[in-house]
This record gives sequence, C-alpha cells and structure tokens, in this order.
Amino acid sequence: MTETTSDTIIRMFHVHKRYGAKSALKDLTLDIFKNEFLFVTGRSGAGKTTLLKLLYLGEPVSEGQILVDGLNLSRIERKGIPALRRLFGIIFQDYKLIPTKTVYENIALVLEAAGRKPSMIPKKVKSVLRTVGMEDRANAYPPMLSGGEQQRVAVARAAAGDPKIILADEPTGSLDEEAAGVILSYLDTFHARGATVIVATHDKSLLRRPNARIIQLRDGQQWSSDSSQSGDAP
Amino acid sequence: MKRFFQRAIKDIADNRFLTAVTVATIAVSILIASAFALFFMNAGDVLTMWQKGIRMMVYLKPDTSEAARLDTQFKLQAIGGVQEVVFVSRQDAMARLKEQMQRHLALLENLKENPLPDAFELTLKSDTRSSAELRLLSERIATLPAVAEVEYGRQWIERFTSVIQLFSLAGYAIGALFFMATVFVVANTIRLVLYSRREEIEIMRLVGATDRFIKIPFYLQGLLQGAAGTILGLGTLLAGYLSLISHFKTGIASGALQLRFFPPATCAAVVLGGALIGWLGCWVSLKQFLK
Ligand SMILES: Nc1ncnc2c1ncn2[C@@H]1O[C@H](COP(=O)(O)OP(=O)(O)OP(=O)(O)O)[C@@H](O)[C@H]1O
Ligand SMILES: [Mg+2]
Repeated sequence: MTETTSDTIIRMFHVHKRYGAKSALKDLTLDIFKNEFLFVTGRSGAGKTTLLKLLYLGEPVSEGQILVDGLNLSRIERKGIPALRRLFGIIFQDYKLIPTKTVYENIALVLEAAGRKPSMIPKKVKSVLRTVGMEDRANAYPPMLSGGEQQRVAVARAAAGDPKIILADEPTGSLDEEAAGVILSYLDTFHARGATVIVATHDKSLLRRPNARIIQLRDGQQWSSDSSQSGDAP
Repeated sequence: MKRFFQRAIKDIADNRFLTAVTVATIAVSILIASAFALFFMNAGDVLTMWQKGIRMMVYLKPDTSEAARLDTQFKLQAIGGVQEVVFVSRQDAMARLKEQMQRHLALLENLKENPLPDAFELTLKSDTRSSAELRLLSERIATLPAVAEVEYGRQWIERFTSVIQLFSLAGYAIGALFFMATVFVVANTIRLVLYSRREEIEIMRLVGATDRFIKIPFYLQGLLQGAAGTILGLGTLLAGYLSLISHFKTGIASGALQLRFFPPATCAAVVLGGALIGWLGCWVSLKQFLK
C-alpha cells in the first residue's frame, strides 16, 4: 500500500453479511482512499456485488461497521438513505435504466431527484452524454440501444450528479474487449476529475492497469490485496 | 413544483385508461351522492316554507250563534302561539272555492244549499312549528264548545317530516359509504399504477431520490383525478337539474315550487372534497406500497 497518508473515504471494520444461513461476506476489514481506483475481483458468488450493496445501504450489514465519507451507516435512518446514495454514482450489473424514459430523462431524473437547479439540468445531461459519446442518442429509449450503448448511458448517469464515489458492478460484463476498454477509459476520465472509483469484476484482463489497487475475494473473504504494477496482474 | 406537475401530467397521459376509469367512477359516486343531497336540500326548503306559512282551519259547528262565535274568536286570540285569527264565513268559503274550481263550476252550481261551515283561519307564530306543538294546539282548540273540527294537514306534515328525517339519515349513510368506496377505488387505481412502475420507483430510490420526490407526482395525480371526477359528476347533475327545471316550467305552474341548485360555494367545497378523496386514496396506497 503506497497511499497510507491519504485520507480514507470508506472504512469497513470486521464486516459480515449473511443472507439467512448463507454467509456472503466474512470479517472484511478494508480502507478505501479518496480518489483511489480500486478493483474488487473474485469468481462468481465471491461477494463482490454484496460488498458494493453494503456501501450504499442496498442491504444492511449483519455485523461490523462501515463508514462512508465520515457517516456511520449503522446510524443512518431510512430518511437519510437518499442523501447517502447521492454520494455514489452506481453502475449496476444489469444497468437499471428506466425503459419507459428516454436516455435524456433517465439522466435528468438523477439531477432532479438531487434537487439541482432545473435551469442547469439540460446542460449537465448533455455534457455527460458527450463524455460517453452518446449525445446523439439522447431521445432514444434504453431497449432500443445495444448492450454497450446502455452501459455507456449507465456510466453517464452514474457520473451526472458529480458523485464522490463511483461504484461499477461488472461494467464490462457483456461487452467485447474494445467496448470494455472504452467503458474503462470513461471511468478513468471521472477518476481523473477526482472521483473515487470502485469496480467489481471477474474480468482479469481489466486488471492490467497502473496505479490501481486490487482486492480479491474468495467465498466472502479477502484473499489478497495488492497494488498492481503495469503488466504483473495474474 | 412545476416539474412535479409535469411528471404528474405525464403519468396521467401514460395511464389514460386507468385514469379514465378512476375519474368516471368518482364522477358516478359524486353524481349519486350529490343528487341525493340536492333532493334533500329542496325537500327541506319545501318543508320550511310550508311550516312558515302554516295555517290552521277551525271549523265551527253548524248553527253556532253569533255570541258563541265571538266568544270563540276571543278565546282563540288568547291562545299562545296564535298570530292572527280571521273569520271566514260559509259564503266567503264558497266564493273561494268557486274561484279555485272555475273549471268545474257546474258541479257547485248544482248544490241546493251551501254545505260549507263557518270557520276561523289561524295564522301561527313562527316558533310554533314542530308537529308535536301543532298537535297540542289543535287538541286544545278542539275542546272549545263551538268548534266542530280542527284541520291543518297534520298527517301530511308528520309524514313529510319523518320522511325528511329518514332521508337525512340515509343521506349521511350513503354519503359516508360513497366517500369510502371512492377512496377505495382511487387507492386501487393508484396501486395499479404503482405496481406497473415498481421497477422505475426502485431505480429512483437507488439513485438517491427521496420518498417525497417519488410521492408528490402521485399525490398530484390523485388530487387532479378527484377534482376532475367531481366536476364531471356535478356537471352531469347540473345538466340533469336544468332539463328537469325546464320541464317543470312548461308543465306545471312553477310559482309554488321554487327549486334551486347548490350555491357556488357548496359546489367549490364539493370539488375540494373530491380532490381530498383523490389525495386520501393516494395516501392509502402509497402507505402500503412504500412501507
Ligand atoms: N438477496 C440474496 N439472498 C440470498 N443470497 C444472496 C443474495 N444476494 C447474494 N446472495 C448470495 O451471496 C453470495 C455472494 O453473492 P454476490 O452477488 O455478492 O456475488 P458476486 O461476487 O457479485 O457474483 P457475480 O460475479 O456472479 O456477480 C452468493 O452465494 C449469492 O448466492
Ligand atoms: Mg455480482
């Protein structure tokens, strides 16, 4: 770990998550630093999605403590959850775009929900759509788009609210290598603008990147953690 | 707020069929309930009018002497509750009758002698109105020696009063029933809308929308549907009322029966009530849906 002096943005202490009798995460302790680019990897069922869900209170922890940007999640009440979620821009494994709303409306919704000034919303939506190269599909409905295009819209939506943290769950899941590289480059863009980026993936080819930390989960436990150097990923 | 309105309008447009069904149901409920209320209001008017101008006829026995008649008049004037006493002689009574029955004068002309008795016509004080008071008064007058009979359409008043009371009771019950039924219908449509959009609502929550942000368009939708349904229902009632009135005008002489529609303030209150119904229906289903 090279960034011990940086401030942490997320701290997890001895976190357990159980679904009924099934343990999805076991005794996970982890610090994530501001403006870090972190990969969470591991095979299917290792607990990657579960880890992300715990962060935005998509699921409550079973045991342990999580701090996000100084907020203790166990102290957040129901009505505090929306404010917590606005710290994050989330790219879901299944995109979660609203099929009955246009690309533009899907993104504008995030800004409206966050109470942004209505007059600045169109500009902001256009700007994030331009960043991911989808500005000419603003009026399309998600089901009309290819998987890669939907993924780009999902990235744009996640970034629209200028979140402190971007969570990406298998952001390249169903994409070919080239499209996956494009998505990763967008994440790099938002990382360069100051966001902390956490990517859950089992795609090992993504991990060959400089300055990214990788943690590996196996059966809900942390198996290894190291900063990858160019080209030495497994 | 403008944005919330836009979203509510878009929701309504997206769910045209459900919205139409809801609005129509509210309209029918309001129509039935307010038709009841309108009838009740006019019947009440008739009753008060009748009671205000109530007269009592005191018929004298045949061959009552002039002295006995004057004595009776004096006693009647002394009775509490009596405003005015006017003597109507049998000749006067016959003249009145002839005037009223101009078309059937032949019938009266055939009479050999005047069968009508002398009578006093009493106007009552306005505080003597209830049927119990009227009965007491008439019983008291009937004990006077020269009095043959007292008449004031007692049964008619009593029946009418009890019918009105029954109607007002039934009116409240029906009103309450329709209110609940309408809330239930609105709750159900909104629930259907919520159900068809649960994925969208879930996504909105995941991207940090507050419950308030999600709910407000639904509430606006409920309010608009409630108000629209009420306006439609009241409008239909008004149309029906106006056509009834025009029939009345041409058919029967209209002077005696003064019908009226709800005053504008009442209409406004009913529309507000309809909006409230929509809001309540929404509240019920949102409470269940967003736990
Ligand atoms: N809602 C749930 N109810 C019950 N069990 C669950 C639930 N969500 C996840 N699990 C279980 O928890 C474990 C971890 O699941 P998780 O979705 O975090 O895995 P993952 O690493 O994201 O896998 P994948 O790469 O396939 O997405 C799995 O065994 C899964 O079956
Ligand atoms: Mg997963």
